[in-house]
Amino acid sequence: MSEHLLSVKDLRTSFTTDNGEVHAVNGVSFNLDRGKVLGIVGESGSGKSVTAYSIMQILADNGRIAGGSVEYNGEDITKWNSRQMSGFRGKCCSIIFQDPMTSLNPVFTIGNQLEEAIRLHTNKTRAEAKARAIEMLTLVGVNEPAKRVKQYPYELSGGMRQRVMIAMALACEPDILIADEPTTALDVTIQAQILELMQDLQKKLGMAIIMVTHDLGVIATMCDEIIVMYGGRVCERGTADEIFYNPRHEYTKGLLRSIPSVERMKERLVPIAGNPINLLNMPAGCAFCARCDRAMKVCLDHVPVERQVGADHRAACWLNDLALKDEAEQRAAAGESAGAIQAATGWVKNQSGEWVFDPVAEEGGAEQ
Amino acid sequence: MSSEYLVEVEHLKQYFPVRTGFVSTTPLKAVDDVSFAIRPGETLGLVGESGCGKTTVGRSLLQLYQPTGGRIKYNGEVIYDAGDLDENGAPRVDDKGNPVKGKVKTVNMLPYRKQMQMVFQDPYSSLNPRMTVEDIIGEPLDVHKLYSTKAERREKVLSLMELVGLNAEHATRYAHEFSGGQRQRIGIARALAVDPRFIVCDEPVSALDVSIQAQVVNMFEDLQHKLGVAYLFIAHDLLVVNHISDRIAVMYLGKMMEMAEADELMNNPIHPYTQSLLSAVPMPDPKTARSRKRIVLEGDVPSPLKMPSGCPFRTRCRYATEQCAAQRPQLTDRGNGHMVACWNK
Amino acid sequence: MNKPLKKHLLSSQIDLAKFAPASDAEKSQQEVMSESTTFFRDGMKKLMRNPLAVGAIIILVVLILTIIIAPMVIPYGYDEILKVDGKRDKTAANLAPFTYSENEMAYMEKTGEKLFPHIFGTDKLCRDYFARVLYGTRVSLTVGLFASILVMIIGVVYGAVAGYAGGKVDLVMMRICDIIYSLPDLLMVILLSVVLRETLGNAISGTIFASLGTNMLSLFIVFGLLYWVGMARLVRGQILTIKENEYVLAARTIGTKPGRILRRHILPNCLSVIIISVALQVPSAIFTESYLSFLGLGVSQPMPSLGSLANEARSALQSYPFQLVFPALMICLIVLSLNLLGDGLRDAFDPKLRR
Repeated sequence: MSEHLLSVKDLRTSFTTDNGEVHAVNGVSFNLDRGKVLGIVGESGSGKSVTAYSIMQILADNGRIAGGSVEYNGEDITKWNSRQMSGFRGKCCSIIFQDPMTSLNPVFTIGNQLEEAIRLHTNKTRAEAKARAIEMLTLVGVNEPAKRVKQYPYELSGGMRQRVMIAMALACEPDILIADEPTTALDVTIQAQILELMQDLQKKLGMAIIMVTHDLGVIATMCDEIIVMYGGRVCERGTADEIFYNPRHEYTKGLLRSIPSVERMKERLVPIAGNPINLLNMPAGCAFCARCDRAMKVCLDHVPVERQVGADHRAACWLNDLALKDEAEQRAAAGESAGAIQAATGWVKNQSGEWVFDPVAEEGGAEQ
Repeated sequence: MSSEYLVEVEHLKQYFPVRTGFVSTTPLKAVDDVSFAIRPGETLGLVGESGCGKTTVGRSLLQLYQPTGGRIKYNGEVIYDAGDLDENGAPRVDDKGNPVKGKVKTVNMLPYRKQMQMVFQDPYSSLNPRMTVEDIIGEPLDVHKLYSTKAERREKVLSLMELVGLNAEHATRYAHEFSGGQRQRIGIARALAVDPRFIVCDEPVSALDVSIQAQVVNMFEDLQHKLGVAYLFIAHDLLVVNHISDRIAVMYLGKMMEMAEADELMNNPIHPYTQSLLSAVPMPDPKTARSRKRIVLEGDVPSPLKMPSGCPFRTRCRYATEQCAAQRPQLTDRGNGHMVACWNK
Repeated sequence: MNKPLKKHLLSSQIDLAKFAPASDAEKSQQEVMSESTTFFRDGMKKLMRNPLAVGAIIILVVLILTIIIAPMVIPYGYDEILKVDGKRDKTAANLAPFTYSENEMAYMEKTGEKLFPHIFGTDKLCRDYFARVLYGTRVSLTVGLFASILVMIIGVVYGAVAGYAGGKVDLVMMRICDIIYSLPDLLMVILLSVVLRETLGNAISGTIFASLGTNMLSLFIVFGLLYWVGMARLVRGQILTIKENEYVLAARTIGTKPGRILRRHILPNCLSVIIISVALQVPSAIFTESYLSFLGLGVSQPMPSLGSLANEARSALQSYPFQLVFPALMICLIVLSLNLLGDGLRDAFDPKLRR
């Protein structure tokens, strides 16, 4: 038994395309504890959805997990065979998608599909499964559930369909619910309903949620902890308040600046310059370096390493490392030993007496 | 005849026949009696949920569809008249009060296409994948014969590309090689090629990533300052609309619910629908998100084929009364041009 | 001051200088756009990576080169009864592949001259079978290709008009299609080719078409009249979807006229589907031609086609099976490689299958 419910370690996922190998996820690590809501936020191409699909092992035919591990209750599920995985999906971990229309089979009734999902993982009889289906629909706030089970997906509205998807995902009481852009295709008023519902259900059923979205508003509403991804890597992670009020990565800062807000209504927006990353042409260093205003030479050819920048807050940005140099100088002036300074800041003087950055590997830190 | 307004839309109606039986059809009232006017150089934001008819308003305005009713004026000149309005813009009725339909009046749109342009939502489907950027931006120049030599055409295309922040060396590339934001820039350059005075922006940023969204919004603002174009900015993202618009109009099920100056609408929404719409926007701010009390609307938007009687919003409205079901509220001025269509507020 | 620490073996020390701001030029180097490709070039690249399609192309090229060049090299005509020393060689009937007739062997012994071998043997009328199969292949391929092109032209024009016009025009045009589709096509083909053969003969005499022969021409017409329907439906369906794209709407907003929209925006975007469908149409046309010829309704004697060769071989199937094997094999080879090529084209060019 491990301390974490789900533990993703150095996950790497790549796709073989006609134009070459695309590394969609490049070493993502995170832990998810029971009953927590983890938000993964990033733009298109940041690898956030691929991370979710890799956990469920539902990648497209040309994709594969190229490295790392996904541990569920201490067991590495990337080594499981397909039979074990189908037991995992639905029973331990479920996923809901952006477009509820395409994830429901149009030729079967709602009830049919729900019962099927239930009977797949439990040995309930048909009648029990039907009762459970109606119970689940009531739980997710579908009105007249007994009537709805006889309806086909096209007879329901987008919001209703997403509720049915949630009911289906939760039918076997999974420990983890992965929500991949669950409200992106919905209107604001319906989005508010679904978010409310997910919060309620989370309180009631106590499952852990991984919320994958590009919408910072949704993340702020739903999540305890947030991971910000860019170019298949984690830029920054921390509690919601830390990320929103004290961002320590230039990308997160830029992202927060670029949303129009009610308070600063008529002020000019501050966009992030440049274009989204081309996954076929990844920079050697920090994925964000080409768009970063404060990029340094080191950013171009060295991938920044994630470091603790506060309690419950980690970021991978060379600027944070540079900021530690002043501290190193002060400590040196105070006469601390070079070893202690290096351990604390990563800065050390080389033979010629110049400061160089040479961090001591954090204990269990860098790789988590 | 000139007027204070650049574009005027009076009682615009756009119905689409939907087959409901073997031979019978029911009109789908995508836009039902919508009026507004836009001054030169002004931005009117149009918000609403999917299916509320906001995109149809933009397309009918440019006569990509033939409107079922109403009148459209550009610079004071009537460019479309369905014949159901009298000279003062009031619905024409006979002695018994039944609506009368007169003759439809259309004009040759080609000269107006030079004045009124459109930027589309989907940067992926709005550019022809078999054409180079130069040809895409050059097409309006071809159609309106705005150049005399090949070199002049190229020069014009390149200056347009520079205007929207694209590199000249991208001219020979195909649309699929660009990212969403760059494609949207190409689409904007195409719209600007004829030097229009009015652009319908149909959800131009909703398909873009947040960081790119801001680039494009800024560009729209810059272009407005530089060229003095007026926008009808259609979007569902209230934060973006609020940022870019001078005035905002809110639509629900094909009808206008509220229209006011942007600040006024954000700070003092009167219509219950606008109120719930505003409160439903997830704020990118954890503390506000935690403390805020959301007005979560019950239920779904009714099907436009089975429109509720009276006020279309009454099925989801907290304040709905019998009057709302009996009679449809009209837009009335509540001071300072703040127009609201509601019986109770 | 402390003594500098020794550098750890695995660690990479980064100089302070590296923490200087990067210039815009350095940053922009990171942002490389992939090499420019067109849809066509991209598709060709993909096609060339498909081994089956490449194999099919090679077979087709070899075949086409053979049917063009080989008849110039071999000294026998397709309708020429073998002669030895200026006299008809009556002993040369039904020879097995790579054998000589008695007269030929006697002649070769006498003169020491080496005669060109009968690669596929001979038929019962003492004609070189290789030459006949080559000409038969020529005829079959020509019929297949031209019939498909004819089908394409009619189908594309008809489908494009119906699809773009929409509404009542579309309704009427498509009902006409349905009616043609509901005719029993084989019966129609047979009837038409019989009727046309009679009427065409007079009409074309003296024109360049005469050299093609009435049969060949009637085959084209029959194909053109009956098989365009499938193409028209396909094109119409494509156009209906492409019409919904915003770039078509954008073109209308600009003020582009319908003809130009069709030419510049819609047709180029269904081109790949049209090409794929033509590539798959050719083998089916070859098949139809073959069985029409097999039934004796195809090209007229002595002009061979693969179907008529198979028909002739049928009577002597027991004793000379090779006479059936060669044309049959040729049909298989052509149809198979055209089908593989068509599939390869679809994989490479169909926008729905891209990733």
